Amino acid sequence: MDSHTIAAQTAEAGHIEHEHPPFLRHHFATVEQQRETATFGMWLFLLTEIMFFGGLFCAYLIYRNWYYPAFVDGSHSLHIWAGTLNTTILIVSSFTMAMGVHASETRMRKALVGWCIATIILGCGFLCVKAYEWHDEWVEHHVPGLNFSPEGFMRVNPAYPADAPLQRDMAEKTQVYFSLYFAMTGMHALHMIIGVSLLALLTIRAWGGAYTSGHVAPVENFGLYWHFVDIVWIFLFPLLYLISRHQ
Amino acid sequence: MAEPKHHDEPTHHEEHIVSPTVYLLIGAALLVLTATTTAVSYVELGNFNAVVALAIACIKMTLVVLFFMHVKYSSKLTKLTVAAGFLTFCVLITMTMTDYISRAWGRW
Amino acid sequence: MSTILTLPDQSTATLPKVSYLSKEYGLKSWLLTGDHKRIAMLYLISITFFFFIGGAMAGLIRLELLTPPSDLLAADTYNKVFTAHGIIMVFLFLVPSVPATIGNFVIPIMVGAKDLAFPKINLLSWYLYVAAGCMVIAALVSGGVDTGWTFTTPLSTHYLNTHVITAGLAVFIAGFSSIFTGLNFIVTIHRMRAPGMTWFRLPLFVWSHYAASILMVLGTPVLAITLVLVVLERTIGIGVFDPTKGGDPLLFQHLFWFYSHPAVYIMILPGMGVISEVISTFSRKRVFGYTAVAFSSVAIAVFGFFVWAHHMFIMGISNYSALVFSLLTMLVAVPSAIKIFNWSATLYKGSITFETPMLYAFGFIGLFTIGGLTGVFLGSMGMDIHLTETYFIVAHFHFVMVGGMLMAYLSGVHFWWPKMTGRMYPEGISKLAAVITFVGFILTFFPQFLLGYLGMPRRYAAYPPEFQVLNVFSSAGASVLGVGYLLPLLYLTWSLKYGKIAGPNPWQATGLEWQIQSPPLTENFVETPIVTHEAYDYEWLESKKDHEVPTVG
Repeated sequence: MDSHTIAAQTAEAGHIEHEHPPFLRHHFATVEQQRETATFGMWLFLLTEIMFFGGLFCAYLIYRNWYYPAFVDGSHSLHIWAGTLNTTILIVSSFTMAMGVHASETRMRKALVGWCIATIILGCGFLCVKAYEWHDEWVEHHVPGLNFSPEGFMRVNPAYPADAPLQRDMAEKTQVYFSLYFAMTGMHALHMIIGVSLLALLTIRAWGGAYTSGHVAPVENFGLYWHFVDIVWIFLFPLLYLISRHQ
Repeated sequence: MAEPKHHDEPTHHEEHIVSPTVYLLIGAALLVLTATTTAVSYVELGNFNAVVALAIACIKMTLVVLFFMHVKYSSKLTKLTVAAGFLTFCVLITMTMTDYISRAWGRW
Repeated sequence: MSTILTLPDQSTATLPKVSYLSKEYGLKSWLLTGDHKRIAMLYLISITFFFFIGGAMAGLIRLELLTPPSDLLAADTYNKVFTAHGIIMVFLFLVPSVPATIGNFVIPIMVGAKDLAFPKINLLSWYLYVAAGCMVIAALVSGGVDTGWTFTTPLSTHYLNTHVITAGLAVFIAGFSSIFTGLNFIVTIHRMRAPGMTWFRLPLFVWSHYAASILMVLGTPVLAITLVLVVLERTIGIGVFDPTKGGDPLLFQHLFWFYSHPAVYIMILPGMGVISEVISTFSRKRVFGYTAVAFSSVAIAVFGFFVWAHHMFIMGISNYSALVFSLLTMLVAVPSAIKIFNWSATLYKGSITFETPMLYAFGFIGLFTIGGLTGVFLGSMGMDIHLTETYFIVAHFHFVMVGGMLMAYLSGVHFWWPKMTGRMYPEGISKLAAVITFVGFILTFFPQFLLGYLGMPRRYAAYPPEFQVLNVFSSAGASVLGVGYLLPLLYLTWSLKYGKIAGPNPWQATGLEWQIQSPPLTENFVETPIVTHEAYDYEWLESKKDHEVPTVG
């Protein structure tokens, strides 16, 4: 009720940064409040993403238990070099993104732009490898619903000669494995594409200096999103690629 | 009459800038763990293959969450939020499993 | 009859010159607004629109069910009508009703903020809602969907040629509208409270929206991925729910109900928040057991995640799993009951007056209690096996949703109407409408309990002739109910121009929203309020009246 106290408090908070930086929205009292609010909002959004992917992981868990031999054979048909390479790419891209956030926090404009471009390149690299893998699955008739054929799984896999060929009914269940493979990697790739696009926009604005004068939140929060997409892949990799490789 | 209090004081955790050295170390650890998980998948461990793979994935996730996503240096609210997300995910999995385990567990 | 309504002298009173309504004019200022109050009004208009479409569907259903054979509508058409009714009423009305209209309007003011945390996301949320609504209309107009609002597989994935994909995507988009609203509320309540507004000084309306928002954020994404899988299965044929390809149709139901059960709590919790405010104001008493009511809201949200398979008792889940879910369902009724007890205790020895919001609140308490109790019956597996998929279930959820939630929504709209528009609705006709609604509701839905118990299945266009009498009662009641819902549409619109000027606090209520002008300024407060009083502090309100300040708390 004491308006003088309120005015004094607002002024006090204001002098930590300049009186009213242009990026401070009018419904926030301080830059600190705005930044914390934005980060909290992004975390809540990531919670929705956890639950979104969660449904797919739930389906995976059930069907892997039901059709384990089919899942083994399905996994064996993926290229482990591609999966490992992609995992490496994403981990490095998480590093470059974290460095980008650091550059924004330490107000180094060119460094920020550099790290962002590196992250974009790595992200695109991931998508290229993924596209190659998907093309491979198409060629081998592993795309569910569109051109799926279980024939390949009823013959001996030359890479895994100790694998017994599947009976027809179990071989047909590899379609479930590939359904989940495409749904999960597809959903993940969609998030990557959205991420790379957003990052491109951020990079353009970063070049103009938007994020190196105290306005760290957008880069920081995009970083959170990027790391989350990395974490999803960290789980997808062993679940899809590393099922019982010991043959 | 009570003194007017501020809303939650900003805990100034966001002021803590994580150093590039930490990022480098964590990044290296993640790469080592990736190599490990790939290598271990070639070793015959029976059912434990899945357990080990998931355990390594969880460790990697923890490193990313704590350090790359700054949760180690974040407010209690952030930590609570992250926990809530994982807990809900676990509820989805475990409660659904009560049905599948008691009805349709094991190889088809 | 006594009333606490206190209006300014009508011969001299005018609406404030400057308010959120008069700040800017023109379509662009509304369609590109960031003001939470304007967005709430946009929602009010669109939600009302879809409500009446869903209501028209209900009218068709009750018309068809006047006679035993399916003579008005063919069976397939009937399926499309009840599906439309379900989808529209659940996703386009019940889920966003109180949060998106009343919540959007009042929550920032109640916590002492200038706006929600993310105004642009708030606007996006409305656009997503409208897009979803248009897609539902498109699905309707191009031939309809006949899966039921529950999209059960494999019916929805394999056996129907209707516009399941359009409807599924519409619900997907509506889901994101809901997620963004919930996200905004959680962040606002955590981070934008005014100095002195501690958690336990918040109105219970805010607590219930906080709990509902947690459900929105954590539950809705699972619905989203489920619908994506259904769309993929229909388009490409991936086979994740298809038994012939090794999938499990029951998995769809697990994932669907994982959201859809918490969804019913998303629907009812905000309504319960309204009731807390209304009961307190019209008994002139603070809500009994504030802490219990606050924590029970959160408890409902948490427990609500553990009970979803009680919708699947007869679908093929294992007995052991059904036992677990049945037990947990009994548990989830407890926090709801706690609220009813607390509201009743609030009424005890209060100075009760019977304005329209209070009439609706009384209706809520009675009807929600009945509906909730029948929910406990249904939670016990033994009873559910006989009663599920009959009209008993239909009656149960209409009692809680229509007798409960819709009444709470109307209560809230009437309660905050003076704040939102600056004008009072006409009290006489509104009381009449409330009574008509109550009578119409009982006449419509109570016979359905009997019908269900006697064995009439739900979602059937035709039924055996021995059920006709009760069905006729139900349809008669539906026409009365229709009048009861049409009246507010008419007199509330009338009141926009001819209603009495309300002034800042016509109900003599506590709460920050009643300490500012009606309608509020765009920035809500002239100066940031500093809160020193507890919630529902009527003594503080008395002391304030001595030095009345119209705009600042």
